[in-house]
Amino acid sequence: MSLQRDWRRARAIAWKDLTAERRSKAGFNAVTSLAITILVLFGFALGPDTRAVRDAAPGVIWLAALFAGVLAFNRSYQSELDGGALEQLVLYPGSRKAIYAGKLLANFVFVALMLAVVIVAGIILFQVVIPSEWPSLLAIILFGTIGLVTLGTFYAAMSSRSRAREVLLPLLLFPMLVPVLLAAMEATKSLLGGNMMGDAGAWARLLIVFDVVFLAATFLAFEAVIEV
Amino acid sequence: MSPSPIALAIDASGIARRFGVTWVLRGIDLRVAGGEVVGLLGANGTGKSTFLRIVGTLLRPHAGTVRVCGHDVVKDADSVRELVAYMAHAPGLYDNLTARENLRFAAAMLDRRDKEVDAVLERVGLIDVGNETVRAFSSGMQRRLAIGRLLLARPRLLLLDEPYSNLDQSGIELMNAVISDHADAGGAAVVVVHEIAPAAEVLDRTVTITEGRIAGQADDDHERTLIPVAASDR
Repeated sequence: MSLQRDWRRARAIAWKDLTAERRSKAGFNAVTSLAITILVLFGFALGPDTRAVRDAAPGVIWLAALFAGVLAFNRSYQSELDGGALEQLVLYPGSRKAIYAGKLLANFVFVALMLAVVIVAGIILFQVVIPSEWPSLLAIILFGTIGLVTLGTFYAAMSSRSRAREVLLPLLLFPMLVPVLLAAMEATKSLLGGNMMGDAGAWARLLIVFDVVFLAATFLAFEAVIEV
Repeated sequence: MSPSPIALAIDASGIARRFGVTWVLRGIDLRVAGGEVVGLLGANGTGKSTFLRIVGTLLRPHAGTVRVCGHDVVKDADSVRELVAYMAHAPGLYDNLTARENLRFAAAMLDRRDKEVDAVLERVGLIDVGNETVRAFSSGMQRRLAIGRLLLARPRLLLLDEPYSNLDQSGIELMNAVISDHADAGGAAVVVVHEIAPAAEVLDRTVTITEGRIAGQADDDHERTLIPVAASDR
């Protein structure tokens, strides 16, 4: 019963965040523009060497996702802070884990949509050949996004009370994201290089372990983080 | 709102709270019975809002205890949140959502049915603008919507921090009707006010806080004579 109530609340929070975002569109446009700008700049920096550009594609795409994600995570709590809504949000009865779950869900949808645009742009700009194991590639992107969003949502909550949150969030988040992004990037690189049976599987398993550990740890710690 | 009568809504004893090295509350003792509406008076920065935020579980006291309907606000905060509704200075609304969507969100978080939302919009006089985004609302309309959220909450204890600010005369009457209905049904309310006038008809008692301590109390005739608080009550 309590889980059902928490799930209803989490869905309500996700619906609220996504509805507000859909209506303003400012966040999605800004974040996606930043990500595509990063791709274009790297494309120019790497020059006309097709092989070099193709090899760099996984790293550049995940890097673009990282920088754009930080903007998205900051924005997800900004709407709560603007009109004093965060106080009301934490005052609603029930477990505060539902708040985290709702924010996580909304950020996941937001970042996944942004990544979809970035990946399509990356495929075109970096002349990436889509491998025959594309479902595995999709799975890696999914697990990478879960890891990115889990830590991003958690640390955005932690830094949301600080006046210097725009500076604080990257400082807290980037070191924690290194293992997730490294595993996601290496798995993507192996798959795009056609090395499905080798490194890709190992990196994918590592990525899943990181996701599970970070999800469990952040859910357990969130109540303390959001305490007013 | 239809809470059942409660014996003691707030039982606060020796509440102290500091921010940094500055003590904002220096030992507040206050009891509020069920059905009672108490006005908190005092100059800016004397700790009225801090006290309200402690009772509402938004802040923890550095000393003393507060029980809301028998539940400790620190040890049993989840239970307290089931019983209180808090209206802060800021309306706490989402600008990009419509009035109806804001209340639908509140209803989902409070486990209320969606169909209650329209009745609440009607009551607060916003039914005709229910589909407009809150961004386009005046401060008074936003305050009315925040009152609507209180109506959805159906709490035992109302904590209202300057609820009359930005309200016109009909808004003040609406606020007072909500408080009266709540008290008539046995619920308690603590209202932070700078002027007694708008709240005069609903207040049973006023308590004046000065420099983090209760300086005096007055009963429901609202004469400004302060009743000195005994030393043992401080």
